[in-house]
Amino acid sequence: MNTLDSKIPEGPLAQKWTNYKANQKLVNPANKRKLDVIVVGTGLAGASAAASLGAMGFNVDIFCISDSPRRAHSIAAQGGINAAKNYQNDGDSVGRLFYDTIKGGDYRAREANVYRLAEVSNDIIDQCVAQGVPFAREYGGLLDNRSFGGAQVSRTFYARGQTGQQLLLGAYGALSHQIARGTVKLHERHEMLDLVVVDGKARGIIARDLTTGEIKRYAAHAVVLATGGYGNIYFLSTNAMNSNGSAEWCCHKKGAYFANPCFVQIHPTCIPVHGDYQSKLTLMSESLRNDGRIWVPKKKEDVEALRKGTLKPTEIKEEDRDYYLERRYPAFGNLVPRDVASRAAKERCDAGYGVNNTGLAVFLDFSTAIQRLGRDVIEARYGNLFQMYEKITAVNPYETPMMIYPAIHYTMGGIWVDYELQTTIPGLFAAGEANFSDHGANRLGASALMQGLADGYFVLPYTLQNYLADEIYSGKVSANSPEFDQAEENVRQRIDRLMSIKGTKTVDHFHKKLGLIMWDYVGMGRNAEGLQKGLTLIKELEEEFWKDVQITGTADSMNPELEKAIRLADYFELAKLMAKDAYHRNESCGGHFREEYQTEDGETLRNDNDYMYVAAWEYQGHNQDETLHKEPLVYQDIEIKQRNYK
Amino acid sequence: MNFTLKIWRQENAKAKGRFETYKVENISSDCSFLEMLDILNESLISNKIAHPVCFDNDCREGICGMCGLYINGRPHGNDDGVTTCQLHMRKFKDGETIWIEPWRAKAFPVIRDLVVDRTAYDKIIQAGGYVSVSTGGVPDANSILVSKDKADKAMDAAECIGCGACVAACKNASAMLFVSAKVSHLALLPQGKVEAANRVQKMVEKMDELGFGNCTNTYACEAECPKLIKRSNIARLNREWICARVGKEK
Repeated sequence: MNTLDSKIPEGPLAQKWTNYKANQKLVNPANKRKLDVIVVGTGLAGASAAASLGAMGFNVDIFCISDSPRRAHSIAAQGGINAAKNYQNDGDSVGRLFYDTIKGGDYRAREANVYRLAEVSNDIIDQCVAQGVPFAREYGGLLDNRSFGGAQVSRTFYARGQTGQQLLLGAYGALSHQIARGTVKLHERHEMLDLVVVDGKARGIIARDLTTGEIKRYAAHAVVLATGGYGNIYFLSTNAMNSNGSAEWCCHKKGAYFANPCFVQIHPTCIPVHGDYQSKLTLMSESLRNDGRIWVPKKKEDVEALRKGTLKPTEIKEEDRDYYLERRYPAFGNLVPRDVASRAAKERCDAGYGVNNTGLAVFLDFSTAIQRLGRDVIEARYGNLFQMYEKITAVNPYETPMMIYPAIHYTMGGIWVDYELQTTIPGLFAAGEANFSDHGANRLGASALMQGLADGYFVLPYTLQNYLADEIYSGKVSANSPEFDQAEENVRQRIDRLMSIKGTKTVDHFHKKLGLIMWDYVGMGRNAEGLQKGLTLIKELEEEFWKDVQITGTADSMNPELEKAIRLADYFELAKLMAKDAYHRNESCGGHFREEYQTEDGETLRNDNDYMYVAAWEYQGHNQDETLHKEPLVYQDIEIKQRNYK
Repeated sequence: MNFTLKIWRQENAKAKGRFETYKVENISSDCSFLEMLDILNESLISNKIAHPVCFDNDCREGICGMCGLYINGRPHGNDDGVTTCQLHMRKFKDGETIWIEPWRAKAFPVIRDLVVDRTAYDKIIQAGGYVSVSTGGVPDANSILVSKDKADKAMDAAECIGCGACVAACKNASAMLFVSAKVSHLALLPQGKVEAANRVQKMVEKMDELGFGNCTNTYACEAECPKLIKRSNIARLNREWICARVGKEK
């Protein structure tokens, strides 16, 4: 059994990253040109990594499943990005951001990584401003901030409701600059289908050209995986349609351990599900909870009347409304962390207070804020979100409260990485949502953008260089080796197998079914019995898929059905691992809520004695039990407490 | 709701295209346009009628710029300020015939069915649509003051999602609104001023080279932009370009 070495540098917490940088190996400029790096994914993590590595002089190939790097799903992040600038003089600091992130993650994140994240957060804001990201400003010309869940300070920088878009366009600009300089080569409409490992090191990838169906080989000295999360396993999520977990999964099958796969974030403020034809769920930014108040009626008869349409929400009197977050969590109110807010919504809806005809919705109400600040101020802050809501639902949220319900949003779990963001396969690095390291069991709002850019701009340029310093002797990596032959052959066989099934049901038919199983048994509330049942159902569905899926068209042309089928085939395996991980973790923490383990008030009940570790799973073959490796979590600088937002 | 769909089908870039007619039934008025196409595709596969219709899409919340269909003669269809993915069937009449085509522009060749190649946009950005800073070694964020008014105007322009509707709407297939949005965003900010003259010339040169047409001020681009990018950006682009040229010859 391999032991996990997280390679945390020596020294006090605040000195670790400084010490690491002082002692890392460097590559001289002439040698950098001879070293090839593959970056898979062009979101915040991938684009910023490729741009930074290209600017340093490395030879970078970057791969993107869309037609342009600017489409990556980071673009959809709305609310903002955190940093410990303390521009508001409200008591923020690196230490405070670090503490909030560890606590928000329910003490299941790695202390040293999180501290480094908080440390470089300020550099990110400087970098983005220098690139021309049009952050919101105050009248004096200085940067403006707002608050997000899980924090009592205003540390979130934003660009209206399109912060992710503006940060991604900044990174895309930096990437485009390097493409123009010739240091980075872009491969758009290409999807990674396998990792090539030679003599134990990651040496390249097999990719499918999505336009022509051609299977291609790319060799390099190191591979960076920045392919985002696997939230789409639930079919309905806030993720983009093309976001998928297959690149992570093929690395996992080649030896990269998968950490905490059951840690999934369910975002409290999404537009509720309304029909079985629905393809995705739309998020309403957490920033709305700055001014919006969440409530359901106190009286069941009001609930009934709302569902029948005989009563309007605006007609329900103030004293008949249950602002349940303010009631349960007076200190943080509507700005409790996402997992807490989601569970509280589920609790009310399960108790029969859901306000729409499916019974699965609560109100997010801006009337108090509009009275206090005026409609203009609310429009300036959230205009695009209100417009989006109205376009989707045909309801005007300035006049009628929004209806919201939790939905799958983000995956804290991911490929296991050490302090250098290197996986258990030497030469394979994972960044952004694709890795597991910084958010523990629950991510705080406005921290995904921070982590993606921290990894790409300020961590990988150091740690990857440290790895590549030993590669200057290995010469150009060839794509003509038995390992590449084998990997390519495996990809071809898998595609042939899928194409030859010629069954009767569509890929989406199976994906929707898998999504429902995952939501019901590996979703917001989990229990041992349900997880066992879910696991059985996943296995049955997987068998049926491999016998009866129908994929039209050919493999040697543009074929979205085939793309979806390849991804779904991997999701079945990942789904089983998620259920297994959730079953093994006999505690509740963050987004992982095991119904058997809760306090009297219905809060998560951790078991620090037995489960204060990262669960890193090692693949053993199809339908073989994966092997569990434990990385103990050691907190030197933080007192471990029960999370309390009251 | 029931609809008759006339959809452009084309096997690949070289094949000859044609309109095919399909029917969809019992569509909810809350269904989005792309979900309606999903339903069509599911039925094309299940009933073994045809290979599903290829169309680009990703975020389905109006921000990635990946989707873009010409619907009944309008880019992104008959609603203002939305992308195709945010268009809902309640905007159509029951029983209506809907014509669905890809973007048509020389610089955006068809790849398959409704999917077009928009890499020309990336090439324009690569020509200079950025501030040339490498990672690290930049000043503190608050050492660069930007007036709220300028920041807001820059943000108005920066909201462009690069979908290509402006090119598709324009009878000349001009990319002026797209290019002007990026030029304006950066020219309005102190960080972008340093390279402004070089940037505007390089981007315009690349735009011309890639086969986009000229602007003849019909403003169809502004009318069809899903992000409501204003034509005043084109005026700013022209001003920036002329000043850059004059400055160059001095």
